[in-house]
Amino acid sequence: MDLILEPLALSFFVRALIASMMVGVVCAVVGTYVVLRGVAFIGDAIAHAAFPGVVAAFMLSIPFYVGAAVAAVGTALAIGWVTKRAGIRQDTAIGVLFAGTFAFGVFLFSTINGYVADLFSFLLGNVLAIGPGDLVALLVLGLGVMAIVGLLWKELLYATFDPLGAAASGIKVERLEYLFLALVALTIVVSLQAVGIILVVAMLVTPAATAQMLTIRFTRLMLVAALVGIASSVVGLYLSYWLDVASGATIVLVQTGMFLLALVFGPRGMLGRRRSRGGLPETDDAPVEASLIAPA
Amino acid sequence: MNPESPRVPEPSDHAGRQVHTHEDELSAPHAHAHADVWLSDVTAGYGDRAALEHVTLAVEPGSLLAIVGPNGAGKSTLLKLMAGLARPWTGRIEILGAPPGREARRVAYVPQAELVDWAFPVTVEDVVMMGRFPRLGSIRRPGQDDRRAVADALAQVGMATHRRTQVGRLSGGQRRRVFLARALAAEPDLFLLDEPVTGIDVTTQELLMDLLEQQAARGKTVVATTHDLACAAERFQQVLAVNRTVVAYGPSNLVLDADVLARAYGGHLLVLEGRTVVLDDAHHHDDAPRGERHFHDQGGQR
Repeated sequence: MDLILEPLALSFFVRALIASMMVGVVCAVVGTYVVLRGVAFIGDAIAHAAFPGVVAAFMLSIPFYVGAAVAAVGTALAIGWVTKRAGIRQDTAIGVLFAGTFAFGVFLFSTINGYVADLFSFLLGNVLAIGPGDLVALLVLGLGVMAIVGLLWKELLYATFDPLGAAASGIKVERLEYLFLALVALTIVVSLQAVGIILVVAMLVTPAATAQMLTIRFTRLMLVAALVGIASSVVGLYLSYWLDVASGATIVLVQTGMFLLALVFGPRGMLGRRRSRGGLPETDDAPVEASLIAPA
Repeated sequence: MNPESPRVPEPSDHAGRQVHTHEDELSAPHAHAHADVWLSDVTAGYGDRAALEHVTLAVEPGSLLAIVGPNGAGKSTLLKLMAGLARPWTGRIEILGAPPGREARRVAYVPQAELVDWAFPVTVEDVVMMGRFPRLGSIRRPGQDDRRAVADALAQVGMATHRRTQVGRLSGGQRRRVFLARALAAEPDLFLLDEPVTGIDVTTQELLMDLLEQQAARGKTVVATTHDLACAAERFQQVLAVNRTVVAYGPSNLVLDADVLARAYGGHLLVLEGRTVVLDDAHHHDDAPRGERHFHDQGGQR
């Protein structure tokens, strides 16, 4: 018990706990759409594109999240625009932007003389170093992203499942596409300090991927992903504190472990699927109403 | 329904009623005052390749219209123009009396079944509920009316017992039923359906056509593309034959005659002893082995 309560007396640990839980939830919620759209690569690209923004903010002595947000959202919208207009393959366009922006970050980074340890923490994350001001900014941004998803989940769902049907019924699919990319960018900004640029894609993708092994229903998928996100953040943070190891990496490893468990033992995982093979149609919950009689 | 239904109309049919051709339509430019779907001299395509040229068309409310034509004739493009999913290069379009997209909430568009990711984590019920989303707007959650509309639509297509099944577990015919249920749940004035009866069992085809017929009888307008000439002849009131432009438009028994079809399908159609045989190039890709063609005996399907 002391093992759990003792760190809570430390204000930096409490801040880190709140921050990583927020990151866990926001990443899982937005990540559900990332997984269903199959755009994990875009998430990774936007994360790397945030780096020059972070370095520039450091050089200009402004809050890192301002620089990161400008760079990440800008790149996200550029990805959306280039893939629609430029007539080159999406993965090619992303590959170019992703490497180019990150290289620009490294270039800026190498021009700085003096103490730059802070900037390294953005590559791999250090949630225990989050200050009170950063925490407030992170919570405001995170809640903002969640509020927008809460408002537009129906439209995002319809547009993800059937973009043509959604567009024809009056949903502004193209605008929604840009908004979604901007939401991914802001989610990444929220997560930068906690898990870092290199690992943030795991926070986006792994909880939803885990939930996919457990449920077939969208709302439940998002809920389970959020729970996985929170649980892994709490467990990961405590583990990193007790073992004195890197927090971001530990959180991601806990998530990976949960995913592997679900992959093997989940009802839709490897063992579960074998059990149900040749059985009744897969339905959402227990009572299986198999109707083999076609209505006249 | 009738196993002996005539595929080739008697010549006497021509005397009484006239098949509307492209030229006739051009002479009726004011028809759109009453039309649910109205196109005037529309040309459209993808990239720099025109898929449709100079299409003029007026579809009255309560019509049950099949769009037929060979692959690459522009059937799907025409439907997308009506749905506001593609913009015409030139010409004018009015849907339900307004530019395409303006009355989107009164339009239900059902894409070809292959264009959707069926592994998606949604149940049958969830998909049908999507039909209600546009009328809900962003703020409102689905309420009792919406749930009732969804249950009603599922009952109509005979999928009520499958409502909690993940859509990926459904057969091809069941997926079409679910998509039609989504369209029904939206309670639209105009149904636009891309290949709703292609590759499904006869029972499902009959059911879907019965439901569409009912909607048309209630004054809703139904426009569907199809490869199935037998279905077009037997179940649709009107047929629009296209091949990059309007070849013929009118009552189905008049349009689906051998001469018109020969023009619409070019060399890809044979009429043998009263049976219409389409040399279908549906699976004819650029990299397909030469000479591979699929014969669909449309007349013998029922």
